[in-house]
Order: sequence, then structure tokens, then C-alpha cells
Amino acid sequence: MGLPEIFFYYFAIMAVVTAGFAVTRPNPVYSVLFLVACFFHVAGLFVLLGAEFLAALQILVQAGALMVLYLFVVFLFNLSEAKSARVVHRQAGFAGIVSLILVALMVIFSVQGVFRGPFRELVRPQTTDNVSFVAGSLFTDFLLPFELASLVLLVVLFGAIVLGKREEGE
Amino acid sequence: MIGLTHYLILSAILFIIGVMGVLMRRNIIVILLSIELILTSVNLNLIAFSHFVNNPTGQVFVFFVLTIAAAEAALGLAILVTLYKNLESINVDDVNQLKG
Amino acid sequence: MTEAVVLVPLFPALGVLLNLIFSRRMSEAAVGIMACASVGASFLSAVVAVFGLSQMEAGHRAVETILYQWIGSGKFSADVGFLLDPLSSVMILVVTGVAFLIHVYSIGYMHGDPGVRRFFLYMNLFVFAMLLLVLGNSYVILFVGWEGVGLCSYLLIGFWYVKDSAANAGQKAFVVNRIGDFGFLLGMLLIIFNFGTLSFTKVFAEAPHVFNSGDFMVTLITLLMFLGATGKSAQLPLYIWLPDAMEGPTPVSALIHAATMVTAGVYMICRSHVLYDLAPASLVVVATVGCLTAFLAGTIALVQNDIKRVLAYSTVSQLGYMMLAAGVGAYTAAIFHLMTHAFFKALLFLGAGSVIHALHEEQDIRNMGGLRKIMPTTYKTFLIASLAIAGIPPLAGFMSKDEILYSTFNAGMGGWNTILWSLGIFTAFLTAFYMFRLVFKTFHGECRLDPERKKHAHESPPVVTIPLVALAFLSAVGGFLGIPIFLKYNVMHNWMGPLFAKVAQHGGEAAHAAHSLFAELSLMGISVVVATSGILLALIIILFRPGIAESIRQNYSGLYNLFLNKWWVDEMYNAVVIRPLWALSGFFWTEFDGKGIDGTLHGIANGAQVSGGWLSRLQTGFIQNYALTMAIGVAVIMILALF
Repeated sequence: MGLPEIFFYYFAIMAVVTAGFAVTRPNPVYSVLFLVACFFHVAGLFVLLGAEFLAALQILVQAGALMVLYLFVVFLFNLSEAKSARVVHRQAGFAGIVSLILVALMVIFSVQGVFRGPFRELVRPQTTDNVSFVAGSLFTDFLLPFELASLVLLVVLFGAIVLGKREEGE
Repeated sequence: MIGLTHYLILSAILFIIGVMGVLMRRNIIVILLSIELILTSVNLNLIAFSHFVNNPTGQVFVFFVLTIAAAEAALGLAILVTLYKNLESINVDDVNQLKG
Repeated sequence: MTEAVVLVPLFPALGVLLNLIFSRRMSEAAVGIMACASVGASFLSAVVAVFGLSQMEAGHRAVETILYQWIGSGKFSADVGFLLDPLSSVMILVVTGVAFLIHVYSIGYMHGDPGVRRFFLYMNLFVFAMLLLVLGNSYVILFVGWEGVGLCSYLLIGFWYVKDSAANAGQKAFVVNRIGDFGFLLGMLLIIFNFGTLSFTKVFAEAPHVFNSGDFMVTLITLLMFLGATGKSAQLPLYIWLPDAMEGPTPVSALIHAATMVTAGVYMICRSHVLYDLAPASLVVVATVGCLTAFLAGTIALVQNDIKRVLAYSTVSQLGYMMLAAGVGAYTAAIFHLMTHAFFKALLFLGAGSVIHALHEEQDIRNMGGLRKIMPTTYKTFLIASLAIAGIPPLAGFMSKDEILYSTFNAGMGGWNTILWSLGIFTAFLTAFYMFRLVFKTFHGECRLDPERKKHAHESPPVVTIPLVALAFLSAVGGFLGIPIFLKYNVMHNWMGPLFAKVAQHGGEAAHAAHSLFAELSLMGISVVVATSGILLALIIILFRPGIAESIRQNYSGLYNLFLNKWWVDEMYNAVVIRPLWALSGFFWTEFDGKGIDGTLHGIANGAQVSGGWLSRLQTGFIQNYALTMAIGVAVIMILALF
């Protein structure tokens, strides 16, 4: 068992475990924190896959910005107390079964190699670091989506402000 | 050897955990978090494919997914805040006015 | 002058129109006068037209006037036109003449009735339709008139529609006629099929070339049309509506159910004589049915106690004689009897109406008696008519009836005609008997009226009695139009013979020439003896020895009940035809319509509603339910992709 494998299994198992915890805690604060841990381990997996840039992005954006945002909202409105009598929804049992079926199916598909070629040929020459690997494609083939993404962020900015505005007399 | 299949199975498991969170929890915040988890599993999937096929498209896609995930989380929270102000509850069962 | 024929149906039509528009504002008398005037003008036009016809050469007396083309459909076309020939000329004179007298009578009879304007409207409409029937130049126009008189009959029978029995009688008449019309229509369709046209001139010209004597097709056609005739002319098996039709006002009974409408069947057969001469089998059927009907109706009339019922069954019986005549090929005799019958039967009905009115709506002859002193004019005219119908010379009925019986005796039906003749003679005896039973019970003997009625009983006003006298005159002398051939001048035969001579094959016309004088005289003698004995028997039983009647009633109670209950024909129809039809209809109504169609429709509607209810349960309002549905969908697709 070489080092990559050990790291892989560590990151994988930890990701799954923390994700499981995140989903099952009654207190949303705990959920957020567990999810942050999960993101860190997923970032580790990204690194294993040679996508360091994206690993950094993952931590910066998702763990850093988004989760902090969630925490802000939770604390601002005092939502940390569990306000529902039941933690789990009424349909949980059936949903669980369906989920298990789904995962089984997905595993079967993955194992069977259902998703086989033809994969597109490598367009750009091999480069040494991930950033240029990504950038080479991002700023040429995907330039338009890149610009549009910034537009999306602008729209979301407006939307969030409009939705969160205080009404008169509040 | 860790192959593509391992990563696919892993991302499937993460995906399902996220789906279960969406389907089974009543707290809206947790639901939104589960959605983030789903998106993350998808990212993992994309990067795995990108690595094993040697194609940057997957990673470029992750770039955009991250962007959109952030956008969606922001708006989702904004809606949650509005909902909380009107309903005094973040129980998803209370958001059932479209019942037919 | 024959152009005047167009005016003949025009005047009554005009009367209808004016009545529809103006009658509200006119007084009762004015409406009556207007109606009579239109029929009277029609009669005058008919006289002019027939006179013009008589100026033409015998054998070519046929004037066809076409007004316009009504139907033009591919190769088939039908025109609106009139055919004036000896046959239709006799008919229009009889129809308009008798109708005029009855209209005048009605002014008096219907006086004070709230629906009198409606009455004259229907009466004029009837005359119009009847004239169309007899003047039409094709089966199409004939049928239009046929249906028209059927409609007017319905309207007039049910004139006092508030009365249940009247409304039912009207409906019965119409439905039974409909059954006959079904046969008639089928016959007409077969004619179209074989000839391509319904025009009289064309069909009758071609018939001998298209059919051989005794062909199945022509026999079928004639039998089907005879079915229609049995409905309209009240023969077996469709006569049942005529006695019930007495619910209508008496002038209606006189005009429609005695003198004119019921003769339409006879007219139709005579008009189609070319076809009937080509189907000897049908003629035998016609003659037999006619004879049997005459006999049956005569037996029923023997024991009836309502004055109008006796006359109704008498009408059925006399119509049977006309059919018998047509069946043996003696078409002229049939029309002759039709004419004389119109005179004396109309007179009998009008006289009965006079009695009924005078006695304040009493119709049971057991409650009458001794009226000849109170109502002399009515009595005398009634007596003349009764003598005529019984067949006493030299009155009209004797001439026509004798000619029928003579033709029957000489017909060539291989012996069957002798049986028919004997039945006919016996029925003549019955006729004499029941008519004079009626006369004696109503007008002679002690007065059995209840005192109140007796006090107010009086002779009818002149507007009623004058038509009676006119008809009595016609009943007396009308017969001289057809005096037996040995006296050399027979108006009817000279007038109508050429029309019927063309395809005559057996019986009637041809046989008239070759016979012995002795045979004719002796047959005449037998008729007279039979009639006189009938009258004498009635005299004895009714007037002198009432006890005999009572004892006969008791000893022969079976027969008596059979006749009194009309041979239970109505009851039999009810059980065999009507009840099963009702049951079948009811079954279809509840099963197919109720459960089947309604059930299906309700079921579909219900199903839609129920399934809608189920489906609406999908919309719980819970977002996670929807998310779960999506997950299930994905799983399903993946499972499908797996295979």
C-alpha cells in the first residue's frame, strides 16, 4: 500500500464521515462546522488528483466564504436552537430506501464502466502546474462563460440585496 | 492503484448523503447545506474525470460550479431570511401554501 | 275552361291563409261564412273545370297541369301538378260539394264553441289537402295530400283536446295511419326503383311493358300500397281508429270519416288500377279483405248503442264494399259507391249530430225514442239516408251496392267470388237491419228521454237542416247517375269507363258486356228482397216485439258479447303488439339508455373526478415530497438505462 493510497483512503473516509455527521446534527451550527471539515478533506482529494488550484479555490470559496456566510445567518437570526419537534421528515424512511437504491445504481454504473468513451483528445500540451493547465482552457475555449459567470455574480448581488432589504418601519 | 472507479464511487456516496440530507431534514439551513454537499460531490466527480482523461474541461467546469454554488447559496440564504421574517419558522413543512 | 282546375285547391288554401291571419278579429259568423265561401268557390271552380273536361272527346279526357318542378335530384324529378280526368273530376265534385254542405252545417253545429275559428281553419286545411290528394298528378302529390289529411284528421279528432279520450283517439288515428303509410311509402319507393319516376302518366304508360301479369314485384308493390289503403280507409287490420275517431265533432265525422278522407284508399287503388290489373293476386287480397271487413263491421254495428258508433262501423262496412268492388276489377262501381256513400253517410252523420245537439249531447240510443214528432226534418232526411244505405230502389245506395254485388258475382276468381258474393249479400242484410234498428230506436217508439232533455228538445235551425235536405235529395236521385246498363244511359260508365278499360283483364268492365239480362235482374231482385227483409226484421224485433231482442241477447250471449266487444280486436292488438312494444321500449330505456349510455357518461365523468381526486393528492405542498419524486424519477431512468 503506497502513500497515495493511504492518503486517498484517509481523505475519502473522513470526507464521508464528516459529511454524514454534517447532515445528521440537529443543531445547524454543528452541521456547518462538520461540513467545513468535509470540504477540507475533499480539497485534499483534489490535490491528490493534481488539481491544486481548485483545491485552494474550494477552501477559499466554499469553506471560507460560503460556510462563514451560513454561520452569519444562523447567528444573526438566532436559528441555532432546533425549532422543529422532529428532526427527521415523515417521508424519511421511504426516502432512505430510494436513496439507497440510487446509490446502488450509481455504484453499479460506475463499476460496470457504463461511461465509456469516446473521450475528447487532449487539446493543450501537458503543462507542469495546474493553474496554467486550467487557465489554458479557461481563457480560450471558455472565455464567454467566464465573463457570464461574473455577470451572474452581479445579478446575485442585486438579488440578495433586494431580498434582504428592510421594509419600512421594521 | 486508485482508479477512476474509486473516485466515482466516493462521489456517489457523497452525493447520496447530500440527497438524503435534502430529503430527510426539516431544517431549511441543513437542506441548503446538503445541496452544497451535492455540488461538492459533483466537483469531485468532474475533477476525477478530468484527471484520468487528461482534459482540462472538467476542471474548468468545476470553476463555474463553484461560482454558481456561491451564488445559489447567497440567494438561498436571502430567501431564507425573508421566509423567517414572515413565518417565524425555518421548518420546511411550514412552507406548504401551494398545497393542492 | 279546364284551367279552372288550378283554382279548385287554391280557394281552400286561401281560406286557410285568411283564417290564420284574420280570424282573431273576425266574428264567429264571419269566420264560418269565409270558410264556406272558400269551399263553395272551390266547388264552382270544380264544376267549371269538369264541364270543360266533358267538352273533350271521350277517351282523351286527361288534362295534366304542371305548376313547377319541386324535386330535381339526379335522374329523379317530381313536379307539382294536377291531373284532371274522369276519376279525379268525380272526386273533386264530391269532395267540394259535400264539404260545402257540411261547412254550412257546421256554422250552426259549432256555434258557441270557443275553438270555432280553429275548427274552420282545420276544416279548410283538410279540404285543401284532400283536393291535393285527388288532383295530384303523381304519387308524390298524392302522398302529400295523404299525409295532410292524416294530419287534419288528427287535429280534428282531438279537437276537444282537453278531453283525454279525444286526445287519445287522435293519437290512435295518427299512429295506426302511420303504420299503413309505412307500407305505402315502401310501395312508392319500389315504384321509383322500377320506373324511375312517380308521375302517374309515365308510370301507367310503362307498366305493361315493365311487368308481366302476376310478377312478384308488381304484386309486392300493390300489396304494400294496399296496406296504406287499409290504414287510411279503415279496413282490416287497421280499421281500429275509425270508431274511436267519433270523439271528434260530428261534422268532422261526417266529412272526414264518412265522405272523403276514408275514401282516399279506394281512390288510390282505382287510380293505380293499371298496376293492380297486372297483379291478380293482390286484387284477390283486396276483395277478400274488403268483404271480410264489411262483414265484421256489420256484425259489430248490430249491437252498438252509441248512435255515432253504429254509423262508424257502418262506414267501415261500406268501405269494405268499395274495396270489394275494386278487388273484382269493378273500379267504376267502387267510385260510384264512394259517391253515393258520401251522400247518405254524410247525411246520416249530420242527422245524428242534429239529434245529439237537440238532446244536449245524448248519444246513447237506449235513451232516445219517439223523436220523429219533435224533429220531423231530421227524421225524414235520416230515413231517406237509411233507405239508401239499406239498398232500397230507386235510392242511390241500391244502384251502387247492387252494381258491386253484381260485379262480384260475375268476377272470374274461380269460385272464390261466389263466396264473397254470399258474404256480401248477407252483410247487406245486416246493413239494413242495423240501420233500421237505429232509426226505430232513435225516432220511433215511446220516448225514453229523461224529462229535462225532453223539455228542451227541438228541431235544429235551418242552417243545419238545409244541408240535410240537400244531401237527402242527392241520396235519393244520385243513383240515377249509374243506373244499370241495360237502361242504356249510364252516366258513370260512359264517363269513367274509357279510363278503366285499358288494362282491364278480369271481372268488372269486360264482364259487363257479356252476361244475361236475366242474371242481372234476378240478382237485383235478391238484393231488394234481402234489404226489405232486414228492415222488416228490425221492425218486428225493435218496435213490435222487444222481448225477442232480449231473449236473443240472453240465448246467444256469446255471440252478442263478441259483437258488442268488437270481436276484442283492440284488446288483442293491445296484448300482442302494444304491450310487448311498451315492454321492449321500457327495456331499452332502462338498460341501454339508462344504464348503458347514461351509465357510461356518468362513469366517465365520475372517473375523471375520482382520478382527479387521486392525482391532486400528489400536490402536497411539501417541497421535499417533490424532491423525493424527482429522486424516484432518476432512479427509474437509471434502472431503465441498465437494461
